[in-house]
Amino acid sequence: MGIRTLVAMLVVALAVIGVLATQASYRLFLPGLLQGAQLTIEIAVLGSLLAVVMGVLAALARMYGPAPLRWLATVYVEIFRGTSALVQLFWLFFVLPQFGVTLDAFLVAVLALGLNVGAYGSECVRGAIQSVPRGQWEAGAALNMSRSQMLRRIILPQAFIAMIPPWGNLFIELLKSTALVSLITLTDLAFKAQQMNQNTFKTIPIFTLVLLMYLAMSLVISIGMRLLERRASLGLARGRAA
Amino acid sequence: MIWDWNFTFQILPVLAQAAVVSIEATLLGFVIAATLGLVLAVIRIAVPWTAWTISVLVELIRSTPLLIQIFFIYFVFPKFGLVLDAFTAGVIAIGIHYAAYCSEVYRAGFDNIHRGQWEASIALNLSSWTTFRDIIIPQAIPPIVPALGNYLVALFKETPLLSAIAVLELMQTAKIIGSETFRYTEPITLVGLFFLAMSLVSAALIRALERLLNRRTVR
Repeated sequence: MGIRTLVAMLVVALAVIGVLATQASYRLFLPGLLQGAQLTIEIAVLGSLLAVVMGVLAALARMYGPAPLRWLATVYVEIFRGTSALVQLFWLFFVLPQFGVTLDAFLVAVLALGLNVGAYGSECVRGAIQSVPRGQWEAGAALNMSRSQMLRRIILPQAFIAMIPPWGNLFIELLKSTALVSLITLTDLAFKAQQMNQNTFKTIPIFTLVLLMYLAMSLVISIGMRLLERRASLGLARGRAA
Repeated sequence: MIWDWNFTFQILPVLAQAAVVSIEATLLGFVIAATLGLVLAVIRIAVPWTAWTISVLVELIRSTPLLIQIFFIYFVFPKFGLVLDAFTAGVIAIGIHYAAYCSEVYRAGFDNIHRGQWEASIALNLSSWTTFRDIIIPQAIPPIVPALGNYLVALFKETPLLSAIAVLELMQTAKIIGSETFRYTEPITLVGLFFLAMSLVSAALIRALERLLNRRTVR
């Protein structure tokens, strides 16, 4: 889907929220939902940062690390990809305290979602690094660069561009998964919706607004990643043209 | 004591029963996803003016959380007189959500079929339905199968969300055991291990299937 269509969808979504907000039955719920959305955004942003760090570390450890580190990274990726985000969230929230480690719910949310998406991310980092042609390594070797120099200066900058679209998808997955934190008592957007629904039974306005708000947030991520991709590949195109 | 084996063996049969519900939800949800996804992809190609509408619809479904969609179907549909029990509502929500993903998989599969195949079937005066059934789908399906398999596994891992509307699947059962006995370690860990085992096995199966299909197409 083109960036123009995405921007058009975002404008329409925001316009619909705006028009609905003029109606008394909808206006009532907007402030509370926006409050919830704030927590959703905080968790999504921090979770994404953790996911990127974990994804890059796990991918590098699996590809270039010494054996024990490689195994550790593989176990991490398999465990977090093999079980549900909700199971991981519950495990950290309910089980960890029995081992004497009690984390607050917000930290659990960021950790679980970041580690979960990071495991998927490590596969896309790995794929992007492998997609850089072998000749690039050979050219680096011919220039007498060390392995880490080649990685840092030649391979990763090129892999970075290939990584942007799959990371965009993962950030959206993460944003959507933040709805799960409502089940460990955090008052995010999904929690506010449930709470208001139980108090007022005004199901239709509440869930319509919530869906539109999640849609708007996803679209912001999609558009941002498209712009980033365009910017990043600009340098590459210029380099090729020269 | 951190891990109690007696307790573990005591709750194992209860969890095994709940696992059946999770697997049922997975299979029913996947049947909806795979069929509806195919229908969407075929309509998109067969009726060109729907392409834009369908891609916006797919984008809408993929950009909003499954949990909210489950709530939406479970709480909003009754307002229109359609009362669904929790299991049905959950399965429909999961099915529709993954139909959006599956339709993109089918679309990619169809796009990979060379244009010449369509032209050849026009030259042979085949109807577009016959072309689809006898020429396009048989060629498009093999590369699609592993991708669909991945979504089957992903869908399976989303079934714990049904616990949010109190379907007695694995996660809900584990939560109930936890709240009755104040022991969460064993039930939740067992649920995690069950999902891990299932997804490792299915990943291996998908790889084997992929190899099998590749061998057939190469020949």
